Amino acid sequence: MPSRRRALLVIAVLLLAALLSLAGALLVGSYTISPGEVWARLTGANGGIGGDIVLGLRLPRALAAFACGGLLALAGALMQVLLRNPLADPYVLGVSGGAAVGALSAMLFGLPLIVIHGGSFVGALAAMLTVFGLARGDGSWTQSRLLLTGVIVAAGCGAGVALILSVAPEQKLHSMLFWLMGDLSHAGSPWPALAVLAIGLALVVPLARDLNLLSRGDLVAHTLGVKVRGLRAAVYALGSLLTAVAVTTTGSVGFIGLVVPHLVRLTIGNDQRVLLPATALAGGALLVVADTLARTVIAPQQLPVGVLTALLGVPVFLYLLSRQPKGGRE
Amino acid sequence: MTAALIEVRGLSVAIGGRTVVSDVDFALGNGERLAVLGRNGAGKTTLLHTLAGLRKPLGGSIRLCGEQMSALAPRRIAQLRGVLLQQQIDAFPASVLETALVGRHPWLERWAWESAADARTARAALAAVGLADLEERDVHTLSGGERQRLALATLLTQEPQLALLDEPLSHLDLNHQIAVLQLLGQRARDAGMGMITVMHDVNLARRHADRALLLFGDGRVEQGPVADVLNATTLTQLYGHPLRRIDAGGSDYFIPE
Repeated sequence: MPSRRRALLVIAVLLLAALLSLAGALLVGSYTISPGEVWARLTGANGGIGGDIVLGLRLPRALAAFACGGLLALAGALMQVLLRNPLADPYVLGVSGGAAVGALSAMLFGLPLIVIHGGSFVGALAAMLTVFGLARGDGSWTQSRLLLTGVIVAAGCGAGVALILSVAPEQKLHSMLFWLMGDLSHAGSPWPALAVLAIGLALVVPLARDLNLLSRGDLVAHTLGVKVRGLRAAVYALGSLLTAVAVTTTGSVGFIGLVVPHLVRLTIGNDQRVLLPATALAGGALLVVADTLARTVIAPQQLPVGVLTALLGVPVFLYLLSRQPKGGRE
Repeated sequence: MTAALIEVRGLSVAIGGRTVVSDVDFALGNGERLAVLGRNGAGKTTLLHTLAGLRKPLGGSIRLCGEQMSALAPRRIAQLRGVLLQQQIDAFPASVLETALVGRHPWLERWAWESAADARTARAALAAVGLADLEERDVHTLSGGERQRLALATLLTQEPQLALLDEPLSHLDLNHQIAVLQLLGQRARDAGMGMITVMHDVNLARRHADRALLLFGDGRVEQGPVADVLNATTLTQLYGHPLRRIDAGGSDYFIPE
């Protein structure tokens, strides 16, 4: 029985987890800063090298990780509903492929960071519009047509990425590979991504009950009074835009968008009214933890964060899956 | 005089460029039960979806409870008529009770959650189809017949005035077929629910419907009270296989030769 009280409880717990993950990210690193000092800097006390590290380096990076994790997880949840396919993720329809071609092209020609971000965003939008235009076709907009078009566009982008990697000079390959696996060391300002996450959530949460019906099939949703075509187009556009913003900020971090929605679903069920905000919070917290580990486990060397999202997520996911009773969910 | 639940004028329906229903008129009042019969591919489901507003007719007009259907908002339509679809496909896990509660969607405001009264409606519907003990079960663990009865419970939870049922008896054992037909008949008598039912069993249609609409698949239809329309000659023509009428102690049955 779905209830608002249970939903608020789940959100509160995950909010706490997100705050803890952010606190951890501020405390941990190669330069040791005491919790008291971190708190003092955050609340406005001036000063020193500790303050610069907390406010200038760790805080923006942690917030960017939170925003992008949230964006990818939310986009993944939306794509799974849109395609009614539990294997869907934010990248399945080619958005990240387009972004990768754009970003890697800019890297190949040695262009500055802002152009790399711009190229990534333009590439993502180009892939999204291509898939949207082609998949509409006769206006029928079926799941399989959308999925096929997206997968083919993604495959084309994959070939483009392979081509760029094979002609790229040796010294650029390292940063290209890091971009492809996802990397937060060049994330820049976290505020645009955080703002997009907030706007995205504000747009989808009022539609969550309609999305519950959409996840049961277009016809079911239609018979119960959902305006299916408009809703599907909106979900596609929003899911793609969220993904585009995330990959522009951090590169194509894998795994979060596929697995976090499942983690949340296995724990609390498939009610989108809880699932969507919970997924955003859990995805954000997971990426913050993964990024904190990525810059600390073999410091001073950094790992691409995508490696750690998978290393953390896979065992948790398999545990939850095996814990499921055979008869039912409760 | 109250408006008919559904009133159809000059309705034509086409699928894949082929006209399956051409220029049909009918109206259905409170508590009336109409059976739709025809061969596979004759356009029964397409007609039902058109009446439900899920697809546009080729021509003609449909009025739902007195209002032109094309002018009604989808949510309003969903408050007036319910649809039992031919197939239930669940991509994601959900409990039986959650699935029944989906029927309340058209009645809930945007920010509203299902109330205790909604839960009572859903539980009563589950009890009516014999699923009261399974409300916590995952839909993926249900048998075909149980899933079919759950779909019917979802429709009853929706509380529509008009029910459009696409093969409500499929996957059901004999006992549940009769139970479901009696339940629907009771809703028609007590709550005045009208229903249009796609069926394959002529003998059940004869006993559990007031009128029949026969689709011949080429645009021609025949309709009328079941006692008039369902006779050996018409049915033989409808199914393209000879049928014979058997008199069994006052009630008659049709059997294939």
